[in-house]
Amino acid sequence: MTINLKATEAKVRENRLSSITAYKGSVKDMVQKAGGCGLKGGERCFTQTTSCSLGCAQGQLVMIQDAAVVGHSAIGCGSDTIQSNINKRRGHFSREWELTDINYINTNMTEEATVFGGKAKLREGVREAYRRFNPKAIFVTTSCVSGIIGEDVSGILSELEQEIPVPLVPVHCEGFRSRLWASGFDAAFHAILSYIVKPAEKKRPELVNIINFAGIGRAQVTRLLNRIGLVPQFIVQFTTLDQLSRLSEAAATLSFCGTLGSYLATGLEEHFGVPYIKSLQPHGIAGTDSWLRELGRVLGKEDEVEALIAEEKAAIAQELAELQTKLNGKRVVIGMGPSFAQNYTRLLDELGMDVVWTASWHFDQRHDYGEVPAAAQDLSEWDKDIPVSVSELQIFEIINLLRELKPDVYVCRHPGMAIWAAKLGIPAIFVSDEYQSFGYQGIISFGSRIADALANPTFVRYLASKIKLPYTNWWLEQDAFKYLDEAAPSSKVRSKEVI
Amino acid sequence: MAKVIEQVRYACALGALHSVLAIDRAVPILHAGPGCGQRLSTALSLTNGYQGTGYAGGHSMPCTNSTETEVVFGGEKKLKELITQSLRVMDADLYVVLTGCTSDIVGDDVLEVARSFQKKGHPVVCAQTGGFSGNNFHGHELILDAIIDQYLKPTDERVPGLVNVFSVVPFYDAFWSGNLQAIQKLLTALGLKPNVIFGPAGGVTALNHVPKAQFNLLLSPWVGLNNVKSLEDKFGTPYLHYPILPIGPTETSKFLRTVGEFAGLASEQVETAIKELEKPYDYYIERSADYLLQARAGLPSRFITISDSFYGLGISKFLVNDLGFLPGTQFVMDNIPQRHQSAVKAEFANLSDTIAAPVVFTNDSGVVKETLRETKFKGRPLILGSGWDQVLAKELNGYQLSVTFPVSNRFILNSSYVGYDGALRLAEDVFSVLVNSSY
Ligand code: SF4
Repeated sequence: MTINLKATEAKVRENRLSSITAYKGSVKDMVQKAGGCGLKGGERCFTQTTSCSLGCAQGQLVMIQDAAVVGHSAIGCGSDTIQSNINKRRGHFSREWELTDINYINTNMTEEATVFGGKAKLREGVREAYRRFNPKAIFVTTSCVSGIIGEDVSGILSELEQEIPVPLVPVHCEGFRSRLWASGFDAAFHAILSYIVKPAEKKRPELVNIINFAGIGRAQVTRLLNRIGLVPQFIVQFTTLDQLSRLSEAAATLSFCGTLGSYLATGLEEHFGVPYIKSLQPHGIAGTDSWLRELGRVLGKEDEVEALIAEEKAAIAQELAELQTKLNGKRVVIGMGPSFAQNYTRLLDELGMDVVWTASWHFDQRHDYGEVPAAAQDLSEWDKDIPVSVSELQIFEIINLLRELKPDVYVCRHPGMAIWAAKLGIPAIFVSDEYQSFGYQGIISFGSRIADALANPTFVRYLASKIKLPYTNWWLEQDAFKYLDEAAPSSKVRSKEVI
Repeated sequence: MAKVIEQVRYACALGALHSVLAIDRAVPILHAGPGCGQRLSTALSLTNGYQGTGYAGGHSMPCTNSTETEVVFGGEKKLKELITQSLRVMDADLYVVLTGCTSDIVGDDVLEVARSFQKKGHPVVCAQTGGFSGNNFHGHELILDAIIDQYLKPTDERVPGLVNVFSVVPFYDAFWSGNLQAIQKLLTALGLKPNVIFGPAGGVTALNHVPKAQFNLLLSPWVGLNNVKSLEDKFGTPYLHYPILPIGPTETSKFLRTVGEFAGLASEQVETAIKELEKPYDYYIERSADYLLQARAGLPSRFITISDSFYGLGISKFLVNDLGFLPGTQFVMDNIPQRHQSAVKAEFANLSDTIAAPVVFTNDSGVVKETLRETKFKGRPLILGSGWDQVLAKELNGYQLSVTFPVSNRFILNSSYVGYDGALRLAEDVFSVLVNSSY
């Protein structure tokens, strides 16, 4: 077993999945070295601001309908929580639910707390959260401040157990502990797995857990799975604690994103006997084929799945062919989290486009079940070898890369990244909804979106003609990866053999 | 009163990195955890009017992204290297180093690191803005003081009529750039030469002019008072502190007269300017007066502000003195230091000769919700606050308009609420909410 639910916290990805944040080379090389444990993360002596675990952890937990979150931090760490309220609003709208606010309280740690500890504030935060929101569980997220001063959050919560009759759950997601913000997903899911999920009293063979984000486009999944007699349950956002406690009842778990789902899905498999469908992710044709086929294989529904796939593919064949003609040979650079980056490489290739570079914000050398991520493995088996890089949102590298490669389009996902391609006059597609290219219909709508962006690039062209980039001419003339040096001595040689 | 906070309505001191971004050709360098920069950009820029990253904001800000190593062994070396490389990579005229919680708790001597660059003649300044040390108002003052202390050079030159303008907090006030432009226009109309540092018209060039000014204008209830005092100490520049953000004819004209007198302008010159400036306001108000009156049936019974003191005071004065509205409880959410509270309270007590408003100072929406749920409104209240208040307003059957952080349900470019034109804009926005709602 790789996931230890007795531990107070999930190990960070650097230590658990040998995840790296610096690499330049090709997908074949990267995957081969990952398989052989030969890939060492590099360092840069110039870096731009990235992202941290707290955001990923909190973003999941505040979306649980009847839970509350207490952020034990200084005020800045809670300053962006309105973003979750906006997401919640959108989620409620799509579900036709009454509008409600997130249940979040910040303990507002100040100088005093850094000297004397924040115990009193944390106790007050938990009590107030209970009084104000009447939640069925309270999650307490830690922060850089609580972590560095060594606050015993678990201990403080244990003391409150007598007084407050709902689970009080510590979530260890201090930003400074990991360079991989995705470690925050694991922190949240560790908390859910170890405090909320209960062993199944009865199994529900028709129920399938779908790990996703806001799930705005979930009707599409429901439609497909219903046709093979299955019922999807979308997690973790917008669920209730009761629902989460019964995740173990499901027949299988699927994930929309390998990066997001690795810990939770593997935990459910190892500790609650719910198989994790370790397939490609369902973006585009091969991805959806693989997602459904693997599900069919595990649940013994191969025939139904094959019939469904054939029918769905036939329905889009003509439109797909038209799109392929339109997009044929268009050069594209991708900049996304690892799972999306790898899956979108395949998807864009299916649209007939030429993926000239795939940048991912980190790379998990293995997922929690012990294998190289399926989507990366798949790419490494192609005839063509895709040039790839790994960087934690380092725009200064991306800028030089884009200037050099001059692609027709840049496809990205992390907020705040699209603008930099646009400033170079390159149409940028921002994929915010995880369902953007789900399934067979999804490749059509996403392909059309790209075709539309290419059809009228006036906005980005105007922008590029007017703006000055915030970089010196010196930098703009350097190799994009000048600052990337691989840390381990044995890897020095490798860094030279890159394409 | 609880010390914890529900619905956060300001950011931490490091949030003042936005005050750096608001200075053209200045770039912030963060010595902070990996998430601080993104979180504060999301808070202050993205979900607050969708302002955007501009020249070098968002993920382009250099940052040490401090992790375990810097926490255990200190981060001075890493910061030094980052500054060295930032000077090569980032194209700017001023580099402002800001620290986050990690560095400040660990105790890195960042000021010394910055000094080593200053000694070599690099335009680098540094402020310790660890989030636990205070909020973004405090951070804004720290940044300005760092620039005053470490960057500005004394001069004997004085330019008559040159006024440095300090007012709303960039980015935190979603309307900051429009507001500063509006203030600039007002002062120009008086015949003064306003020097506005933040926003498209200012920048490092404007900063360099600061020591030559005839006086400093602080147009703010309390934020920035430390800075104009520092400028007085360092350059001997006198300052005028006008605590009300002027919205509408009554307050704006009063403001202009006060400035005119302080600047030693002839009163005829000021009165002529005011007359000109009032004209468009009067035209539109006269034209729309029938609607403003006929809408009575749907007009709000009382207005509530749940806001920082800038807008709380500015909007209350306008709605009471110029539009004839009546105030309900005013919630002041910017965590005003104790010593400044009584002055703000006094202004609310004296909105006009006959009208006072009850004030609650808090930073916790829990207090706001509890108070308002207990209030009996005769008719629908108008709630001028932030994106956090939408659900509450619905519950209270009120009208809601977001004007203060976080302005998460509006897209803001150059709109402004300051002055005569700003008041028209506010009237447009308020009455649009009314028109758009079924009553
Ligand atoms: S409170 Fe501290 S850790 Fe949080 S964003 Fe502000 S500086 Fe960073």
